[in-house]
Amino acid sequence: MSDIHRTIEAVWKIEATRLIAGIARVTHDIGIAEELAQDALVAALERWPEEGIPEKPAAWLMTAAKRRAIDALRRGRMLELKHGEIARELEFQQQRLGEAMDQALDQVIDDDVLRLIFTACHPILAVEGRIALTLRVACGLTTAEIARAFLVPEKTLGQRIFRAKKTLSEAHIPFETPRGEELRQRVESVLSVVYLIFNEGYTATAGEEWMRAALCDDALRLGRMLVELLPEESEAQGLLALMELQASRTAARRGPAGEAVLLPEQDRSLWDYAQIQRGMAALERAQKLGGGGRSYALQAAIAACHARATTAAETDWERIVLLYDALLQVSPSPVVALNRAVAVGMAPGPTYGPAAGLHALDALAAEPALANYHLLPSVRGDLLVKLRRYAEAREELQRALAMTDNVREQDLLSKKLKQASLNDRSKESMGGGSV
Amino acid sequence: MRFMMVAIPKGYETAAADAAPGAEAVARMMEYNKSLQKAGVLLALDGLFPPATGARVSYTHGKATVTDGPFAEAKEAIGGYWILQVRSREEAIEWAKRAPMANNEIIEVRQIYEMGDFPADVQKAAEGFNDLPNVAAAKA
Repeated sequence: MSDIHRTIEAVWKIEATRLIAGIARVTHDIGIAEELAQDALVAALERWPEEGIPEKPAAWLMTAAKRRAIDALRRGRMLELKHGEIARELEFQQQRLGEAMDQALDQVIDDDVLRLIFTACHPILAVEGRIALTLRVACGLTTAEIARAFLVPEKTLGQRIFRAKKTLSEAHIPFETPRGEELRQRVESVLSVVYLIFNEGYTATAGEEWMRAALCDDALRLGRMLVELLPEESEAQGLLALMELQASRTAARRGPAGEAVLLPEQDRSLWDYAQIQRGMAALERAQKLGGGGRSYALQAAIAACHARATTAAETDWERIVLLYDALLQVSPSPVVALNRAVAVGMAPGPTYGPAAGLHALDALAAEPALANYHLLPSVRGDLLVKLRRYAEAREELQRALAMTDNVREQDLLSKKLKQASLNDRSKESMGGGSV
Repeated sequence: MRFMMVAIPKGYETAAADAAPGAEAVARMMEYNKSLQKAGVLLALDGLFPPATGARVSYTHGKATVTDGPFAEAKEAIGGYWILQVRSREEAIEWAKRAPMANNEIIEVRQIYEMGDFPADVQKAAEGFNDLPNVAAAKA
């Protein structure tokens, strides 16, 4: 890609969201708005390499979009209106549309951007459609970029976006900010889309493309946009805090060979402490807004416990157990319960420790949602190793190994299994079974 | 990727110790800063007092010498900085182009090293970084 094309792409990333929001303000249809904006980008790619980047690129793009909108109106209406007398009516409509779009850019307000994001994350859409559309309209990503990030063919991704836009259009989803009771649900949908984008990037393995890891940055960018757009919403702060705190560990999560390094073994000097500070500040704002007890804020508070510990041994596991207790109240899930059991197994004191952790896990054994979840036997295995019940530990670790396809997880489990076998043998040779 | 935009205001190298920007300039700058924040790209920013209030510590053969500001030989001085998280160098430059700077002022755009940008031996040498006091403060 030439320099000028990279520059045009950069301008696009900066202007796309407000441009699409401004057009949607006139068209009331984000699908049409997105297409008109896309046409404007095509025009820029044709003209700017020769003419140079205009001084006011946003205004230029809006004018280009306006021309396309008027063309589309004329073409569409021409088919219906054949008689001269109606031509004047058409001219009037064109003029009105043109004026509305001229004003749109100056009038784009934060609410338009917010409406755009709410619409892209509308619950009527399949989750993958929400994710793709949000990255497209709120982050200015191209179809190719999104496709690469999600490891799907560009064509598939294009269809996904097309379907999402069609669904919104056919259902006549209004371009508006939801109110009252609906607002809370819709905010939840927006936040969950952003967190899903973050996790796509966060779970990417080292060998994978840079594009995928960049999803974390896109999610963080969206998170920062949302705390500005929804200043009263504590969970927007909570989510931002959670993402900042998790992303702060990125450099420590992979070893030299790309292998996964789990939290207790991470070199904490590699954590990004400026990012931790930003996460802590966002968590504090969530708590000040009275949302300390809500789901994302609690998850962020748990991440903060890890961030505060200079060494793994200093981790305040008792506090983490309490935070998981609170999290189970507001968003109960078997995975949260499993994580709580891990924390119980790590915490000191008479009511905690590996045996108590194992006991907490027993309650989850019949949980259907965890029936095929390799982390359940994996955690059991870890706790049994701590209790020096190596034979049982090996059984659990073997079960876990059979349940995961992830190569890195398999490596990790094989290593644990080998260690458990070694310990088992040395225990026997020492007369064993004394514990 | 992260970038630092370094603001180099005209004449700041000779500005009086109590020189302060005018309310109008500050208002324009605040509007710009807000646009960075709303776009989700702003990580940090700060403004710096004039060099007249600063000091330079220079080193010769391991010996440190202190010179109080202003610095007669300086041709330009840093007035402040922004740290942005963006997708490309071009995007950082585009943001810089939108800053409300006055005639002949400069913004220098520089990429920030991430740990992964260093060779392995340098990364190794950087271990123990979290024992530094500013980092420990972030943890408190």
